[in-house]
Amino acid sequence: MLQYIVRRILIAIPVLFGVTVLNFFIINLAPGNPVDMMVNPSATPEQLAMQKHELGLDQPVWAQYWHWLTQLFQGNLGFSYSTREPVTQILVAHIGPTLLLMGVSLIVGYLIAIPLGIICARKQNSWIDYLVTGFSFFGISVPHFFLGLGVIYVFASKLLLFPTGSMNTLGGDGGLIDTISHLVLPVAVLATGIAGNMVRYVRSSMLDVLGKDYLRTAKAKGLSQFIVTNKHALRNSLIPIITVIGIDIPMLIGGAIVTEQVFQWPGLGLLTIQSITSRDYSTLMAINLLAAVTVLFANLLTDILYAVADPRIRYD
Amino acid sequence: MAMKLNPNKNVPEVDGLKNSAIIRKQLNDEESYFHMVMRRFFNHKLAVAGLIVFTLIILVAALAPVISPHDPNKIFGEFEAAPSSTHLLGTDPVGRDVMSRLVYGAQVSISVGIGAVAIYVVIGIVLGLIAGYFGKWADMIIMRITDVFMSFPYFMVILVLVSIIGPSLFNITFVIGLLGWPAIARLVRGSVLSIKEMDYVKAGVALGYSTPKILFQHILPNALAPILVNATFGVASAIIMEASLSFLGMGVRPPAASWGNMLTQAESITVLSSQPWLWIPPGLMILLAVLSINFIGDGLRDAIESQNAK
Repeated sequence: MLQYIVRRILIAIPVLFGVTVLNFFIINLAPGNPVDMMVNPSATPEQLAMQKHELGLDQPVWAQYWHWLTQLFQGNLGFSYSTREPVTQILVAHIGPTLLLMGVSLIVGYLIAIPLGIICARKQNSWIDYLVTGFSFFGISVPHFFLGLGVIYVFASKLLLFPTGSMNTLGGDGGLIDTISHLVLPVAVLATGIAGNMVRYVRSSMLDVLGKDYLRTAKAKGLSQFIVTNKHALRNSLIPIITVIGIDIPMLIGGAIVTEQVFQWPGLGLLTIQSITSRDYSTLMAINLLAAVTVLFANLLTDILYAVADPRIRYD
Repeated sequence: MAMKLNPNKNVPEVDGLKNSAIIRKQLNDEESYFHMVMRRFFNHKLAVAGLIVFTLIILVAALAPVISPHDPNKIFGEFEAAPSSTHLLGTDPVGRDVMSRLVYGAQVSISVGIGAVAIYVVIGIVLGLIAGYFGKWADMIIMRITDVFMSFPYFMVILVLVSIIGPSLFNITFVIGLLGWPAIARLVRGSVLSIKEMDYVKAGVALGYSTPKILFQHILPNALAPILVNATFGVASAIIMEASLSFLGMGVRPPAASWGNMLTQAESITVLSSQPWLWIPPGLMILLAVLSINFIGDGLRDAIESQNAK
């Protein structure tokens, strides 16, 4: 097992290298120059050149890449092109809100989807099955921004139950209750999509397992329905569920761009859009890299969890 | 027996009749595979409903100049007018007819959806065939590149790329097409790995057929079913992606009408709460289009998978 994990990490290294190359070149082949965006239009050509020299933008692309990579290994992500703050500091300030928003959404989504999926599989073709399937299609089909605007319209603008956006009331005490009331609507939007996707996999995976002989045996030897469903069947249908969770984890970083924009949630998604507008390439590269590392990490975690959930899976 | 299956062999008259009967039966069997999938698909009520709705949306897109009540870019005197008989869905803050913009928005969604998927299906098929059929270092390199592409969060990279090369209908289609192929490539590679061990492929190699002929005429047709299902869901996701990009101002830009950019106005709380005709209709159209395609995809998957299980 340990050997397998080590080998998986070694394989991930060239992929990570490819990620840094692609990431750097996509962003640096951009025609627009960040310096043109940030200095005032009356600057002389000499001042522009000096500014470019300061940021290393007068060097060839490969030299810039090498500089960026060596700095990266020292834990230095560079300085923001627009605010001049260290990128690391900016990321740290924005990562918390996004992790909070997406973490809560994923948990809420799974807490809805897993029991519903099991019920649907147990009562296949019942009215509740049709209802949940309908909800799941809605969840995977509705664009987040439309659902977001919809819930703001109904719950914030008409019923005045929740605030329309941001994370805390301006000038408020920023307490827990305040944050929770700001969380409800965006979490509802994100959890709808997450649950809509997950419930299909839980349902079909459970249906698959419920037809197996060993479940009939378990029932025949007199085990209660509850134990048969939730212990024997659920455990054996975990693999597809783990796969979906593995695909969902990277959403912790990059999954809420549109929702954060709709609700003005001060996280990485909003930062991405701000960086795009201000052509803050060093920040964009850092966000992309962080997101890609999360994907690689999630893939690794998924493979390890497979072996934990299903001892029949052996790696050699 | 093998001889009897060869219709070109010079055999006595009676055997010839028998042969043609065998061949006819084979043809019938082959046809019934297609028919069975079609029958299963058309028994799936939601899938049929999806197909009807999606066909209607395509018709609206194709016939936009005929159906549209007004020119989508014509500016009328009344701004933000409520729905009336001249303007069925009212007018927007610039004074353009919302209904007409809605009709023309269908063109954007349909062309991005189908265009982008067409591009990445071709890339994915070619790369998947090469990786699966030739194996060794070709497989190694292509699969590592696939890993790299799959490591980026899809929407974030598309957003960044589109903003860099400049938002436009063509660029969105191109970027989604350029980045969407890894799933198809993996799917095709997987199918090729199992199909290339089949006897009919080995027979083709032994007969000296050219490699492209074996790849595209013998292997690819047998790997098409899962590609078709994946591509159908891909159209739905490309439509959502275009709408999201346009909503963020990084997609189709005004004055051109897209369902996504029509919703951008609703970020202002006055439009959101007091002019719902401006943003609810385009939102519902996106939902309807995506929902109908997802129903089609679901029906196709059921039809094909239960066929394979038999």
